Amino acid sequence: MKRFKKIMSSVLLASMMLSSVACSSQSENGSSANATTAAADANGSGEKATEAAGSDKKAASDLKVGFIFLHDENSTYDLNFIEAATRACEEAGVTAVFKTNIPEGQECYEAACELADAGCSIVFADSFGHEDYMIEAAKEYPEVQFCHATGTKAHTEGLSNYHNAFATIFEGRYLAGIAAGMKLNEMIESGAITEDQAKMGYIGAYTYAEVISGYTSFFLGARSVCPSTTMEVTFTGSWYDETAEKEGANKLIENGCVLISQHADSMGAPTACEKAGVPDVSYNGSTASACPNTFIVSSKIDWAPYYAYIIDSVENGTEIATDWTGTLETGSVVLTELGTAAAEGTADAIAKAEEDLKSGAVHVFDTNTFTVDGAALTSYMADVDTDADYTADTEVIKDGYFDESGEGFRSAPYFDLKIDGITLLDTAF
Amino acid sequence: MSAKNKEPRFYISKRADVDRKTAWIIRITAILISLIVCGIVTMICTGDNPISIFATIFKGAFGTQRKAWITLQYVAVLLIISLALTPAFKMQFWNVGGEGQILMGGLAAAACMITLENKLPNAVVILLMIVTSLFAGAVWGVIPAICKALWNTNETLSTLMMNYIATQIVAFYTIVWEVPKGSGKIGIINQNSNIGWLPNFGNKYLLSIVVAAIVTAGMYIYLKYTKQGYEISVVGESLNTARYVGIKVEQVIVRTMLISGALCGLAGLLLVGGINHTITTTITNGQGFTAVMVSWLAKFHPIGMIFTSLLIIFMDRGASEISTTFELNQSFADILTGIILFFIIGCEFFIRYEVKIRKDSGKENA
Repeated sequence: MKRFKKIMSSVLLASMMLSSVACSSQSENGSSANATTAAADANGSGEKATEAAGSDKKAASDLKVGFIFLHDENSTYDLNFIEAATRACEEAGVTAVFKTNIPEGQECYEAACELADAGCSIVFADSFGHEDYMIEAAKEYPEVQFCHATGTKAHTEGLSNYHNAFATIFEGRYLAGIAAGMKLNEMIESGAITEDQAKMGYIGAYTYAEVISGYTSFFLGARSVCPSTTMEVTFTGSWYDETAEKEGANKLIENGCVLISQHADSMGAPTACEKAGVPDVSYNGSTASACPNTFIVSSKIDWAPYYAYIIDSVENGTEIATDWTGTLETGSVVLTELGTAAAEGTADAIAKAEEDLKSGAVHVFDTNTFTVDGAALTSYMADVDTDADYTADTEVIKDGYFDESGEGFRSAPYFDLKIDGITLLDTAF
Repeated sequence: MSAKNKEPRFYISKRADVDRKTAWIIRITAILISLIVCGIVTMICTGDNPISIFATIFKGAFGTQRKAWITLQYVAVLLIISLALTPAFKMQFWNVGGEGQILMGGLAAAACMITLENKLPNAVVILLMIVTSLFAGAVWGVIPAICKALWNTNETLSTLMMNYIATQIVAFYTIVWEVPKGSGKIGIINQNSNIGWLPNFGNKYLLSIVVAAIVTAGMYIYLKYTKQGYEISVVGESLNTARYVGIKVEQVIVRTMLISGALCGLAGLLLVGGINHTITTTITNGQGFTAVMVSWLAKFHPIGMIFTSLLIIFMDRGASEISTTFELNQSFADILTGIILFFIIGCEFFIRYEVKIRKDSGKENA
């Protein structure tokens, strides 16, 4: 809509200039033809708040849950949350109220307050940048529970009604990485590439811990089955930028990457892979329908268990955990069905690795499996408590592995090491 | 013979002089027709009756006390930006650099908040924020003005291009100041100390509204009753006349753009220090362009802009409420706003021109 208005403004402007130049002429044929002169669209900030009242199916309880989404169902990231919220609320028989396209600004605070005003007992927001505004709203409505996915501040903020949640998606990425490694092995065996050419590409949004944790676990998963794997990572500087993600994928493919994965929310990378015929491991849900020939598998967080948990807690009056971490056991970390591009035996390999992860026999960030600057890691202080100076405050290596999303730390990732074998092409963001 | 005489039944002629009453009747009719068309389109899509649709539009803007305050706050910010652009437009200087001027003002405010948090008392920080953001906006506005005054460059292009520079500067500082590292966002600045947060009066929405009221009154007086305001309209009417009567045109251009840019900077200050307490590249939300429309629809009249900005915000919020309540996609709100703007802008044609029906066509055939 804003884009539309920009164009309208440009049309007006064009007609203003026209009329100022030729004000005395008898031209009678409008000015719409000049519309193209000043196409003033800056960067497509088409963000605008919508509210979408969720379907109030047979509400078993009168509990209302408000949801704030950064985009709408056109973003794979938000679609994942929306689907889970719809399912969880239907199952629990509670009313859901959806607000989509809420930017990471004051609009989020206002949306949260409006939801609280409308009688919601729980308000949930799905995007990292919503956090500060959720905290503001939580201070104002102490009787309403505010839950925020991917945030980092709940454990230091000291608000009893503000909670963070995340899942051990690095385990999901690790499993998806195994599927990628199997595919690389298949390519090596069939002679399509040599062992040295087993290079993967990865499109990340920012050099943020969540992304670093994601691509590192993906890489370690792939290398656990295909030891010669290397990886190149490029960053787009946006969580959702279809063009940049597409260009990133094309650049990596040109660089000789034979398999692509991504941590950004548009369909840019998967469609670029489909076009180039390069296998792709996607994120947040299956892209099999759009990319039938290249889709291998996708990992995602299923938020329904968390929603069920917070609804249950509020109904029974129990405390919601300050930091809740979903795992493979809780059903929060899931893989989609394998695509046709997946190599033979992938399903078995994933199933076995999943068992090992669940039993604790294997840890994703086992310090024996990776090195940093050529040396194994024995101690690392991570910036678990968010502050402007990135103070490394917590020892996170224990029992020989990096304890990501560890018990007593926080749910959101803090793995920000640059391990050997992964090349970062650009770190501007 | 008869074939030769066949003229169109309708013809269009320019209205000699449009009195205000006719103009407003045309405008109101256009809005009513647009609402009817919106009603019909919504009915076709949802099957609901039009009355409930209009009630929903109203509820979206004024349904609850909070909604009403938010609507008024949005109006206030849009109004300030529109008022900021107006003196430039009045002298036929097409300042489409509102976005950039707002961003630079906002960036200056954010810079004070971030870098001076623990160094100076709150009151001094706020004072510095006011000074620097007005200054930053003014600088961003005056650069194209100086180029225009000295070398007669095209201000539409230069102000527009300055927007992109400003956006990229903000993007750069977002990475410099991001918290936590790598996340690409600054988040609420000084969330616990509240240093540099503009004070609330009454409630947190009122400040922008009061500022907008002051700016509106000030701009009305400035344009209508001061010598400088008069000079602006003379320069706008005719450069040669202005030169002939001894007005220093270059000086007027530079001075007016200083004011225009500074007021945009003020809007940036309110957005950063008073409302969002953060800075992002999209904080202006396209309002620097929307304001062009607001100002133009009101014929550069400050009081009229209260109504045009209210209308645009009202329709905006109303349309998104419709898509909410009837569970339609956001695109539906865009469709409705598009219909409404089409009629509002289209009606200006009928204010300038008249459609007449040829009365004597029957006679000639006989």
